[in-house]
Amino acid sequence: MPIQTVELRNISKRFPGVLANDRVNLDVRAGEILALLGENGAGKSTLMKILYGMYHPTEGEIAVNGQVVQFKSPADALAQGIGMIHQHFQLVPGFTVAENVALGLKSSRGPLTDLNVVSQRVRELGAQYGLHVDPNALVWQLAVGQQQRVEILKALYRDASLLILDEPTAVLTPQEVQEFFGILRRLRAAGNALIFISHKLYEVKAISDRVVVLRDGRVVGGVATQATNQKELARMMVGREVITQWEKPAAQARETALQIDKLQALNDKQLPAVKEVSLQVRAGEILGIAGVSGNGQRELAEAVVGMRLIRGGSVRVNGKDVTHHSPAQMIQAGVAFIPEERMVMGIVREFSVAENAILITHTEPPLSRRALFDFRAVNTHVARLVREYDVRTPSLETPVKNLSGGNIQKLILARELSRSPRVLIAAQPTRGVDIGATEYIHKRLIEQRSAGTAVLLISEDLEEVRALSDRIAVMYEGEIVGIVPPTTSVEELGLMMAGAKKDS
Amino acid sequence: MNFWANIFSAGVSNGTALLFATMGELLAERAGVLNLGVEGMMLMGAVAAYGTAAATGDAWLGLLAGMLAGGFLSLLHAVVVISLRADQVVSGLALTFLGAGLALVLGEGLASARGVPTLPIYSIPLLDQMPFFGPVFFDNKSVLVFVGYLLIPILWFYIYRTRAGLHLRAVGEYPAAADSLGIDVYALRYFYVLAGGVLAGLAGGAITLSITPGWFSEFTTSGYGWIAIALVIFAQWDPVRAAVGAYLFGSLRRFTLDAQGIQNVFGIANPFFYDRNLQFFLEMLPYALTILALLIGSRAAIRKRLGAPAALGLPFVRGERGTL
Repeated sequence: MPIQTVELRNISKRFPGVLANDRVNLDVRAGEILALLGENGAGKSTLMKILYGMYHPTEGEIAVNGQVVQFKSPADALAQGIGMIHQHFQLVPGFTVAENVALGLKSSRGPLTDLNVVSQRVRELGAQYGLHVDPNALVWQLAVGQQQRVEILKALYRDASLLILDEPTAVLTPQEVQEFFGILRRLRAAGNALIFISHKLYEVKAISDRVVVLRDGRVVGGVATQATNQKELARMMVGREVITQWEKPAAQARETALQIDKLQALNDKQLPAVKEVSLQVRAGEILGIAGVSGNGQRELAEAVVGMRLIRGGSVRVNGKDVTHHSPAQMIQAGVAFIPEERMVMGIVREFSVAENAILITHTEPPLSRRALFDFRAVNTHVARLVREYDVRTPSLETPVKNLSGGNIQKLILARELSRSPRVLIAAQPTRGVDIGATEYIHKRLIEQRSAGTAVLLISEDLEEVRALSDRIAVMYEGEIVGIVPPTTSVEELGLMMAGAKKDS
Repeated sequence: MNFWANIFSAGVSNGTALLFATMGELLAERAGVLNLGVEGMMLMGAVAAYGTAAATGDAWLGLLAGMLAGGFLSLLHAVVVISLRADQVVSGLALTFLGAGLALVLGEGLASARGVPTLPIYSIPLLDQMPFFGPVFFDNKSVLVFVGYLLIPILWFYIYRTRAGLHLRAVGEYPAAADSLGIDVYALRYFYVLAGGVLAGLAGGAITLSITPGWFSEFTTSGYGWIAIALVIFAQWDPVRAAVGAYLFGSLRRFTLDAQGIQNVFGIANPFFYDRNLQFFLEMLPYALTILALLIGSRAAIRKRLGAPAALGLPFVRGERGTL
């Protein structure tokens, strides 16, 4: 029977030391799109994993069409008509679309596979909802947007009539998002219930009928989308007023601090990822690099800071050739780096706050003399950084892995910016960071730029790039397709992110 | 029979033991579990099979005991790497030593056992009259050789054409995807590791009860377990290629013996006939190739290009993101 209503009643989920969900009540009905809004760590994903049978609630119950149900595994949830589209696609890359869909299903031919039957049905469903994809294509050959369709098809094939979509737009270009919303509307019109998880306010506003906001594991509000606005939603999410637009003093045209010429680098699979990229960043400006994830931004950043082998071209800092310099030499040259993978490259997880804060400067006086640390000097120095950069930590000795993402990022920011770098490479500085910390990081980046640092900002968040940058370079398949002013519309940037060349 | 028919005939017999072990390892690896303990499981299978047959006088009962012994040992590996998520390489190596050590202890005195029954030998009428192919494949062969012939298409069909095979491949390629669709990743991995152990035990029993009957302590399996692991890589995880490889490696072993017996090869003086010391190089050949295959197979990039199951060697933990 298709789902009419699903209710979560008083759901609590306790992990060791954390109450991830605290007596959450939530309901969703057929024919509506419910947005579940909240910051990272607010408990959205945990709640949805409970609904999909991946976690068991510590307390509370789930009712489908008024009947209380128990889910032991995702298979039980699927049997009740609940499907989940994960943020990280659960697809076998080496399988065809049809094989992925057929996985785990009964076959019409008993123990044998019935891929022809599956392919036929996939085509029918595709035609019905606009989810066109070739059932015989191998998944790894599909674009990200198409892989997402396969995920949705998998759920529909299993007669799911409640679809949980976990941050589905994170991997899509703005055009793909529009297309994706079209699919969601068709699914809603066909009488399905949808739960749309996001922390992007404008998307929630654009697609949902109703919004439920989670904060610290609790429901802090539920409103009809039409009766609210982005500002109010942001306040509910964070618990206070949030500034999203910054007053920036106009950029002062100054000398070029970072010059990249025809830079080439390979990705981890040894395929060309950065193809003859040339960029100049002047002192006192932020050059934003926009692009869909995986178009060479990460490799570009790593090549520039000396962490990835440069296969061609050159990098200059303040006119000095630093191509093929080691990361240590780049630091000497005045380059600071906020890495994309902050837990891996940005910090040493097991080290304390203090140790992480002095990772770069620990060999210099006054922090150390000869081979020994001056712990008093270290503590004074770190205490000042922690205060100045608003890092919320129980103590300087706390292992850094116990801090929240936002506070870890502020600590990295403190370490990198306190050296007064000439060039700052910031890769995804606010990804996975809550709105409050994002606000703070944005403020600091702008201050740094106004103080004369050349900032190369790499971000997949278009709103962020547009808000902070003085110029925006769009990267697609390892090349810069154009450099445009920050006033460029999202639509135009989106076209460029999909590879459309900008006539200059 | 001519020279080559002789070699390939022996190759098919030798290769049958190799075939079972290779197929077993192939199944486990397809499910994402590397088991380097094949040699240990084969030795345990060999000693259990031979010892049981000696004690009961029933070769079939012996074979069954061999399979159980191999299966039992593989379950240890399964618990350690699937449930406890320990490193698969370390556990597999430990299993080799454990299996070999246990087998030597249990096989104490077994070398002098007399009157131990062996498995029956058959010839297929008509087919065995074919020139060359008759003697190589159908004349005077252990019953297990014919079982091996059947196993090849069955496994191929199972892996590529059945639902269970689809699940097997999914569990080895991207277990999180299989898990999210209600497939029990842990149960399947246990099952295929166990199947691998049973087949390795069968391989050991095949040696002691049929192919080269008798117990010769650790020389009984003479490194076949390692060759099997290398063959899985050579075969790119495909059962048909694995079978061809098993028969070729089996032939290679016989070739190294026969090569010393002839004076001229293709009209050229045969150095191995005239200098007995060169024999060592010939005997080394299968193992040198094995080391080469393992070296190649240990490079992640190359392994990927060869089509190794993407999750091979990685423990599965539900709910963890990006387990690949």
